Formats: sequence, structure tokens, C-alpha cells
Amino acid sequence: MSKEKENDMKMITVYIMGKAYKVPFGLTIMKAMEYAGYRFIRGSGCRAGFCGACATVYRRKGEYKLRTALACQTTVEDGMYLAQLPFVPSNRKEYDIEELDPKKNVLSEYYPEINRCVSCNTCTKACPQELQVMDYIQASIRGDYKLVTSLSFDCIQCGLCVVRCPAEITHYHVAQLARRLYGKYYSPVPQHLLDRLKEIEEGKFDSEIEELKKMDAKKLEEVYVARDIQKIPRGEVAGE
Amino acid sequence: MMKKFPYYPGCTLKQYPKKFGIPSEESARALGLEMVEIPRWNCCGAVASLTADDMMHQVAPIRNLIRVQEMNDEGLVDNEYRLVVFCSMCFNTLKRANMMVKENEAALNTINEFMDREQDYKANVEVVHFLEILRDMGFYRLEDMIKKPLKGLKIAPYYGCNLLRPKEVGIDNPEAPTIMENFVEALGAEVIDNPLKSLCCGSYHTVGGHKDIVAERTYAIVNAARKAGADMMITACPLCAFNLDDRQALTKELHPEFQHMPVLYFTQILAFALGLEDKAGLEENYVDARPILREKGLMD
Repeated sequence: MSKEKENDMKMITVYIMGKAYKVPFGLTIMKAMEYAGYRFIRGSGCRAGFCGACATVYRRKGEYKLRTALACQTTVEDGMYLAQLPFVPSNRKEYDIEELDPKKNVLSEYYPEINRCVSCNTCTKACPQELQVMDYIQASIRGDYKLVTSLSFDCIQCGLCVVRCPAEITHYHVAQLARRLYGKYYSPVPQHLLDRLKEIEEGKFDSEIEELKKMDAKKLEEVYVARDIQKIPRGEVAGE
Repeated sequence: MMKKFPYYPGCTLKQYPKKFGIPSEESARALGLEMVEIPRWNCCGAVASLTADDMMHQVAPIRNLIRVQEMNDEGLVDNEYRLVVFCSMCFNTLKRANMMVKENEAALNTINEFMDREQDYKANVEVVHFLEILRDMGFYRLEDMIKKPLKGLKIAPYYGCNLLRPKEVGIDNPEAPTIMENFVEALGAEVIDNPLKSLCCGSYHTVGGHKDIVAERTYAIVNAARKAGADMMITACPLCAFNLDDRQALTKELHPEFQHMPVLYFTQILAFALGLEDKAGLEENYVDARPILREKGLMD
């Protein structure tokens, strides 16, 4: 960036790991750190708020609270203190979903530490997705897979709840196990999916696939643009 | 017109609804009392913390009491700050936390400051056990509402610890309680006094490596009830209910001459006496109570 252009921009001061830097106003925490010279080889991913790789801790000027967020989704403010978390080394159990007995409280069996929850709500405050994290941990203590599934569905597994929890619970792995159990053993099986799988196994689409494989990029693009698109009226879900 | 109460179910009533939750909620409904479940309740805390400066373990119970304030604000209940609890253990934990903050303003302030995303707890909720609601309503009125008086059935009440102790929390005289006896009489059954009605059931040893302690307690308590002439026992605590009923399997292993006795949750027998036989969850107990109910001509 040219010096003149920089002069036109409103610059603010942020403190990255304690050191002051002037950065342009309006950047995200991630871009501000890159502007200051940091290069991310971990703790960065999609840069669009979906992957959960860029968990970050910051403090605003004049506040005592440590706040948590995704570095790619939060813009810097003057006087902010910043630090990036490269990785959360949280406890994840191995299991074979086929061999679990969902009638038992599998969550409590694999992650007994959920029973240490004192309902302090720190996890909920830490969540950048604004999920009711404490509520789904409470539901997981009761083995309510369905409620855990619905409350945790938008989890991006950034790990900030885990970092903040005084009971050392691994919230997002508990929730993932609950969603897997619910998906496998309780949620209704969609008939259209079974029908389509059967068609695939019977080779209904084999010739079409073979044809596509032979096409060059240009032809593929033409076919792609001209494909049939199912029109789904607003508010309806495909397959219903 | 149903009278609405804020209602805290707790984990056991929800996890084993057929045996605990449904008989409790349906019996209340049959008596004109609607139990409105607290939205977004969390664990009661399970065991009351005895450490005076341990505020963290008071957060869970107090958060539930804040929800009762919210229920009143939102009109889910109408100016009703009595929180009804069926599980003796939840009752004990919630009531003790409530008492602690009512007596200790500094503790209340600390907890309110900590929970800065919740409204302040104003220490205005009263934690009550469902048996107290029945007593306040009048056991004579309960008697009038019974559809199937349990004539000829001999029931020994079992209190355990959480309903009676410590005495500031207990719902009755800890040495000579009568509330469950009056309840049994209102159902039309004969009260049998079990001298071991408040002996510890073994409590949490049931989940650890000392299940035999619980099985031995069960042996003593059930035998005392049998010797006094009881056909069955009732209790208001789900953990006592588990220890005294399900643990009888191990008791029988350790003492082959041991004779099983049905142990029902108090709302199971209440639901049955209110004519809600299909809501009483009688198929859920380890020791089946139905043979003795049939023998007494109370069931087809």
C-alpha cells in the first residue's frame, strides 16, 4: 500500500500480544494482524465464519472482560488487545457409532466430565455462534440427544467454549456425538434418499457419468450451465 | 380452573418419565394443579454444597430460581412464586441454596454479579415439595378426590434423608414425621410404621464400587417394613426408589432368603388411587406391585 493511500485511511492502534501497531480502521482482527506482519499458517481457514479455525481472544479498551470471537468475523476497534489461538488440544474420544447403544446415556459414558457442569454459563458467553451451549450440556447430562442436536446444530467447533469452561468439558465433541447418535438412531430416514441410492446402485446413472468423464472442461461448463435445476418454492424443503 | 405452578422436574423425572414424571404431572393435573415446567431449567446442583465460601456450586440452583421470576414476568404463571419439586433431592438442593442467599446478602450479590446476563435474583421464590402442596390443600380434600381408595393395602412410608434433614429444610419433624402417613391415609390405605423409615438408603454408593452397602441397607429397610406388616413401601426420592427397588436384585443374591417387596414412587400410587392406572407406570418397577394390588382386589 502506498504511503499516500495509507494517509487517507483512518488508522487506529491495536495491541497484538502486547505490542502496539497502527492498522486501518474497519479491518477484521485477522486482516489487522496480517497487516501488522503476522502470517497465519494455523488458526486460519475459510475466512468466512464457517470453519471455526480462527478462534480469538481480545479485550476492548477500558473493559475488564476477555471476549472471544472468530478473528475473521470481528472488526478491530481502537485500543483493542489481541491474541490468536492456533489450536485447541481438546479431548476427543474414539468410538464406533455402529456399536453404541443409544438407549444408555452414551454422552455421559464417553464424556463423564459433563456431569461436572455447574451451570455457570461461561461456555454460552464464549460462543461466537451465540448458541445456548450450557443448555445443550445440561440436555446431554439427561441424554436428550434430540435437544442437544437442535441446540448445537450451528456449532463450528472453534473450541472457545472448551477453553473457557471451568469444568473442563469438551462441549463440541459431546454435541457432535449427540448429533451422530440422533442422526443414526432417531431421525427419520428420508425415503427419497433411499430411492436415489437404490437407483445409483442399480447403475441408472452409470452411462451419464461415463459420458461426463470424457468431456473436456469447456463442454462440461456448457452442460453445467444448461442443467435442470429443481425449482423449490420459498419456505419449502427439498424432498418433502 | 387449573391452578398453575412453576414446576422443576429435575433429571430423573425427565429421564424415566413413565415411572416418575408422568405419574407426578398427571396426578397433579387430576387434582386441578397444572405443573408448568420451567423453560430452560438446568441441573439443581444435585448435592447441596456445604462449603460456606463455595459460590460456584450455588449458581446452578439460583439460576433455576431466576427462571421462576421470568415465568412470572412472562405470564406463564400468575404471580406464583412457589416452585414445586417432586424429587426430594432436587427439593433439598434448591431449598438450601435459596435459604443460603436469603440469609446471606453478600453471597446473593456475588452470585448476581457473576450471572451478569441474567436478571438479578430477588430472593422471592419459595421452594416447596409437592407433598407440602397436598398438605396445604388439605389431605381431607385429597381423600374426597380419590377414585379408587386403597382399601386393605398396607403401605409403609419411607422418608430417607432429603425430605427431613437438615431440619430447617425438612418439610416435617425430622424425628417424628407424619406427612407421608397422612398422605397414605388419604389414599384409603393402612399406614404401617417402619422404624427404619429415615435410615439412609446408601445413597450414592449405588453408583460407585460399593453397591453391596446399598443392598445391605435395602435388606434392613425392606425387612423392617415386612416385619411391621407392610405390603409395599413408598418414597418421594427417586434415588431411594432406585436403591430400595432395583437394588433388591443384589440383595437377593447376597441373602437368598430375602423376600422382594414393591417400592413405589409416591406419585405412582397417587396416580393409581386417582384412577389413572395407565399413567402410574406400574410396569416400570423392578419388583412388580401389580400382583399385590390384584390380590387386594384393587386391580383386574
